[in-house]
Amino acid sequence: MTSQRAAISVKGLRKSYAGKDAVAGIDLEVAQGEIFAILGPNGAGKTTTVEILEGYRTRDAGEVLVLGEDPSKPASGDRTWRNRIGIVLQSAADAPDLTVAETVHHFANYYTKAKDPDHVIDLVGLSEKAKAKVATLSGGQRRRLDVALGIIGSPEILFLDEPTTGFDPEARRAFWDLIRALRDEGTTILLTTHYLDEAEALADRVAVINKGLVLEIATPDLLGGRATAPARVTWSEGDQARSELTQSPTDFVKTLASRFDGEIPDLAITRPSLEDIYLGMIGEL
Amino acid sequence: MRTIKLGLLRGGLEIKEFLRQRESVVFTLAFPVILLFIFGSVFKNKIAPGVTFSQYFVAGMVASGLVNTGFQQLAISIPMSRDLGTLKRLRGTPLSPISYFIGKAIVVTAAMLFQVTLLLGFGALSFGLHLPTSAALWLRFIWLIVLGSACSTVLGIAFSSIPKSGRGASATVSPIVIILQFISGVFFVFSDLPKWMQDIAAIFPLKWLTQGMRSVFLPDSFAIKEPGHSWEIGKIASILVIWLIIGTVLSVRSFKWSKE
Repeated sequence: MTSQRAAISVKGLRKSYAGKDAVAGIDLEVAQGEIFAILGPNGAGKTTTVEILEGYRTRDAGEVLVLGEDPSKPASGDRTWRNRIGIVLQSAADAPDLTVAETVHHFANYYTKAKDPDHVIDLVGLSEKAKAKVATLSGGQRRRLDVALGIIGSPEILFLDEPTTGFDPEARRAFWDLIRALRDEGTTILLTTHYLDEAEALADRVAVINKGLVLEIATPDLLGGRATAPARVTWSEGDQARSELTQSPTDFVKTLASRFDGEIPDLAITRPSLEDIYLGMIGEL
Repeated sequence: MRTIKLGLLRGGLEIKEFLRQRESVVFTLAFPVILLFIFGSVFKNKIAPGVTFSQYFVAGMVASGLVNTGFQQLAISIPMSRDLGTLKRLRGTPLSPISYFIGKAIVVTAAMLFQVTLLLGFGALSFGLHLPTSAALWLRFIWLIVLGSACSTVLGIAFSSIPKSGRGASATVSPIVIILQFISGVFFVFSDLPKWMQDIAAIFPLKWLTQGMRSVFLPDSFAIKEPGHSWEIGKIASILVIWLIIGTVLSVRSFKWSKE
């Protein structure tokens, strides 16, 4: 990953509101074609960071390049730059009296290289609702329409702010497949989420942020030293629950087995889940 | 070119949305008719030989329709769209704000044309309203509607940056509109108002729109009662154009897509 090829590059980003730091010096780089997740608790600075990248907010300090341009004043012009990005906001409730098809077809006009609107409606699974008024859609269907409007312009970068909030499990899986398909087409995807399983299932890399700072950037399986973290072996011995942290659980269990005649009662070996790691990092554990 | 084309497309979309919102259709289109019905039924007197109060009132209603449909409606609905995130979403696309403004001007003009057709039709059928008889007067009527709609649209967009939220917008905007209607000769005969009130009203476009509409709906002999003792058509056009320019500059400079 070199700087020239980075889709997004952020150095020393700062933003404060009324003297309080919302973003206190963030560095990160997102490669082209990557799915990058920003994970953090509410108020960590996720939305502020992303909205600066989307050109919605100004920054107090730092360097930001999105597709090689400064979002606050793109050298190629705001319209030209926006033609290359797609944004799915956290909440949007508008145009209740238009149908799904009318809305998506209309937004397609805004972009110079729009996808086929009917294909996009199909892609997000709203074909059966194409003629329905937006007001009649369920929450999850609304969200899928939001996504359709975010991807209609064939964006090079897609921003997704907590995209699956309110989805049922099936809809989430379908949504993840859609995001992977977009990545396979070469779209760079930056998503914020507070669902750990979502970050784990989708992201190539994850940045954990808290209190306006990046705690760590890593692939989901390496985050927080997860791969090398000691395993916890638990079992029961003489009516007592026992547990041991060890780097070599296999050897430990062999030794343990020699002390028992047959099965070890309640034996379990666990590795820290992404959730354990994450909660530990943000100081909630 | 692209900006204009997208503006036209937005206009088409907004008209579609407008027609599907039953409350807004009824309110915007029927409200002036209801007012004419009430005032026309209460004030049956003639304000001059052959000129009924209804005849005078229709001129004011058409002019204040321009203010209600453009200025008032936009100054309230844009802050609401801002609250809902509609504008934030548009801001994220390559759509130019100018296209958005053009779309608004189109829907306001279209709504005005519907409203005026209904009002004049109802007035002519039920209250013996005399419609203009010459092509020149109809032409003047049309440019007053178009220029008035454009002016009212940009001023509404400019004003939309002032209310902090959609919920508060109505309380901020409505009193201004009602006061303007009272001092601009919509509900009262303008020449009966005190001089100082006439002078204040003369700063704002509504007074000039009502005067222009009077020139369309009242006999020429009535012009002598105007403060300038004539219809002052050139002055009306100039003042509306000045307000259009002021409104456009303010809109472009102050327009906010979201509450940052």
